Amino acid sequence: MEIVKPQWKKPPPSANDAASTLPLYRSAPSLEVRLEDFELYAIDRLRVLKGISDGLSRGKRPEEMEKLVDDLWKEHMGHPLPSEVTNKDIISHFVLRLVYCRTEELRKWFLSNEIVLFRYRFLDDYPDEAQRLLMAELDLPYKPVTTAEFEGVKEKLHLVARSIGPPKLTESDAIFYKVPFEEVPELVAGRRVFIYKGYAYVAMNQVVSLVATQFRGLLSKALVLTNRKWTSTIREQEKDRLTPIVEALCTSYLGPDYSQPKEFAEVSIKDIDQVAKSSFPLCMRHLFEKLREDHHLKHGGRMQLGLFLKGVGLKLDDALAFWKAEFSQKVGAERFDKEYAYSIRHNYGREGKRTDYTPYSCQKIISSTPGVGDHHGCPYRHFSEENLKAALSKMGVNSGALENVMDKVRNRHYQLACTLTFESIHGSSNDAGINHPNQYFSDSHEIFKSKNNPSGQGEPLGDR
Amino acid sequence: MAIEESDNGREDMLIDGQKHGNVAVPDEFNVNYLKLYYAKLFPYADMFKWMSYGNDGKHPACDKYYIGRREFSFTLENDIYVRYQSFNNVVQFENSIKEKCPFKIDIGPVYSVDPAKKNAYAQSGDNVFTPVERELIFDIDISDYDDARYCCSGADVCLECWPLMTIAIKVIDTALRDDFGFKHILWVYSGRRGVHCWVCDGKARRLTNEQRAAIADYFRVYKGNENSSKKVSLTGPVLHPFLVRSYSEVLERFFETRLLLSQNIFSTEDRYEKILEMIPDTSATSDLRGKWQTKRGSKEDINVVRWEQLKNTLQSGKYKAPGLRRCVEEIVFSFTYPRLDMEVSRHMNHLLKAPFCVHPKTGRVCVPIDPDHCDEFDPTAVPTLSQLFEELNMGGTRAYDGNEWDRTSLGESISFFRSSFLQPLLKSCKEEMESSYNAKLQQSKSSLSW
Repeated sequence: MEIVKPQWKKPPPSANDAASTLPLYRSAPSLEVRLEDFELYAIDRLRVLKGISDGLSRGKRPEEMEKLVDDLWKEHMGHPLPSEVTNKDIISHFVLRLVYCRTEELRKWFLSNEIVLFRYRFLDDYPDEAQRLLMAELDLPYKPVTTAEFEGVKEKLHLVARSIGPPKLTESDAIFYKVPFEEVPELVAGRRVFIYKGYAYVAMNQVVSLVATQFRGLLSKALVLTNRKWTSTIREQEKDRLTPIVEALCTSYLGPDYSQPKEFAEVSIKDIDQVAKSSFPLCMRHLFEKLREDHHLKHGGRMQLGLFLKGVGLKLDDALAFWKAEFSQKVGAERFDKEYAYSIRHNYGREGKRTDYTPYSCQKIISSTPGVGDHHGCPYRHFSEENLKAALSKMGVNSGALENVMDKVRNRHYQLACTLTFESIHGSSNDAGINHPNQYFSDSHEIFKSKNNPSGQGEPLGDR
Repeated sequence: MAIEESDNGREDMLIDGQKHGNVAVPDEFNVNYLKLYYAKLFPYADMFKWMSYGNDGKHPACDKYYIGRREFSFTLENDIYVRYQSFNNVVQFENSIKEKCPFKIDIGPVYSVDPAKKNAYAQSGDNVFTPVERELIFDIDISDYDDARYCCSGADVCLECWPLMTIAIKVIDTALRDDFGFKHILWVYSGRRGVHCWVCDGKARRLTNEQRAAIADYFRVYKGNENSSKKVSLTGPVLHPFLVRSYSEVLERFFETRLLLSQNIFSTEDRYEKILEMIPDTSATSDLRGKWQTKRGSKEDINVVRWEQLKNTLQSGKYKAPGLRRCVEEIVFSFTYPRLDMEVSRHMNHLLKAPFCVHPKTGRVCVPIDPDHCDEFDPTAVPTLSQLFEELNMGGTRAYDGNEWDRTSLGESISFFRSSFLQPLLKSCKEEMESSYNAKLQQSKSSLSW
């Protein structure tokens, strides 16, 4: 049976109880905060965000993320005084804004993890009524689709609902909001909405996307503003009090930066084949071998492998020589200089924006979408089972370990699969798990170093 | 030889000096033809009007600096790229093209500041040089279909495989109009092996990168990379309405009536084995293989017979592997569904070749394609430089009142561009400008009264 709610009742103003809604962090609170709390609250929230970021890079599914976020929040964001709980939430958010507003990279990290946090809190803690309150607070100009209009598109809406999964019948299923498609890019991208003449029909249970997009917009703007304020005034005013705390906070919890190669890990061209064989993760090995074989890689592959090699310690001049040696066999040296050399220098920050680009993390590689002719991406995710098995045995994974790896792959635990591969090849455990191809490389390198030179004072790349 | 003649000749001499008839058709492309093309035929005014989006008028809401912030990029002879060029008026635009004679003209985004002065702005630190507007663009290249066609490969294209592009136009065009509500859409033959699409509605030009990526993903079904066997994976118990429509209105028909036969999709063992690989039930595949390995004389086309057998087998309900029912559709999708170059659509700052350029390898002009009649479009019949050159010659040297192109086969393309694309576009630009101006006026009035 369909229950159609043609209009949604505006909640009475008295119901607008701030404590019951998820905060939108519109303006900084006018609270007095003790300096210790300032830092402690921020660290607690950072633990939550870091946990979210790890969960995402492990490829956790939405249900798993829902539980993870809930657990993290309960573990870190509680407070003995119930009255302080909301304050802690708000204060910690604003402190981290200061911490993470200062570079594009930091803003991106903070924004994406705060949005995930916001989404799951919105979904978990808040019943329909509270969700609507929040929508009212965001001042979203959308009205539910009228009964008459609903009847006209009902079949299409059902088709979309069925196409995205098993139906969860609730009363609110018949409530749809008609919004410009631009407002719900993630629903459009996943074909999870019906779109007609520029409008997306967003179901009540998808409203979170709409709200999250709005929140994202608000927060993104706010971060830029905060950054301006921070650099122009606050940093100087607070240089004895807040500035040291703020500056320390962001470095302590982000993963290591692989854009600058470690000193010990300098690689020269003559070692590179040897090193590729012993210490490259499968994704990079595959690209490397394809490059040697075809003397060519498409853009996605050049970026993924090129930045990785930079992280491994290949100097710009060596990188140019390396790529040229391969590409010139296919396209000629002249075309290489003209069309490809630029982008290699670009990766090293010598052209264009002059940013020193960071090697891709597992999360980025797993979520990439290799197309025709592409060899980049994560083999555990993007290879067919057959191809992956062949590649793994070629790499030296024995048949017992192979089954375990494939088991992880089937459950979409790509990084765990990569970790098991690492352990099987190196014959030693890797407790931290693989989060970054460059981490795989340096962990592998460490193992070889200690094997060859148990005293630990080894030559770089001693095993020739 | 005609080429030698034209090498030392000037444009006017070219026209006189050429006698058609017993002279063999020269190369499709050479620099002198290109010069003549830029001198006589390239529609500067129309192109510039398009890129101005109504900002070249007298309306007080016009942004007269709009066009000057658009990037044009030239590729000169010997692959010399000249990027970040901008033009403030059509005369500058025309003179620059005539003078440099670019082999290729690319159109980039509209930036926050004049791209020609980007270095000056870069000194000021703060990233002020950033793209702010850009048509939503799509690039579909037939070389991405190499595992779905057997007649040609790489950059080659023939009338047997061109229908793949027709399908792409039909599927994408319908969705852009019906689903996304866009109206001002220009399809262009890329000159060799594919098609380009320019969506020019104001709303489309102002989409963020994230929104562009979302649209591109909406269209993405084909997920094959070089290391996976299954190129298309349709999940969920039913298909999204967009896919249902594409399938029932375009893909199925083209597959069964055109490609199945023209590409001989089931004709040999290695070809049908490729299809059997997509079927997740081994007993079903071995049944089919059994039928196909024993040759049996039949009047009917072997591809049609085998396709019917495959459909009957999978839909019989005899085999129970999960996902089997969807398999017929997956096979059709993997041989027909449009494959977009995602990166081109995702970011504002991607360059795309301008319409009415001439492809240096084929000499063909990048002419617009009418999506309503895209079935009739024949890439091998598109005017080439040498053909246009001959047509100009046929008219003799007498002064001509109208546009030169009206006496060539390019005339039709230009008048289609004007009547079906440019005029409606400019009309709606004007309306948009009018209404936003009035709204602003209203606003300032009310703020005055306050």
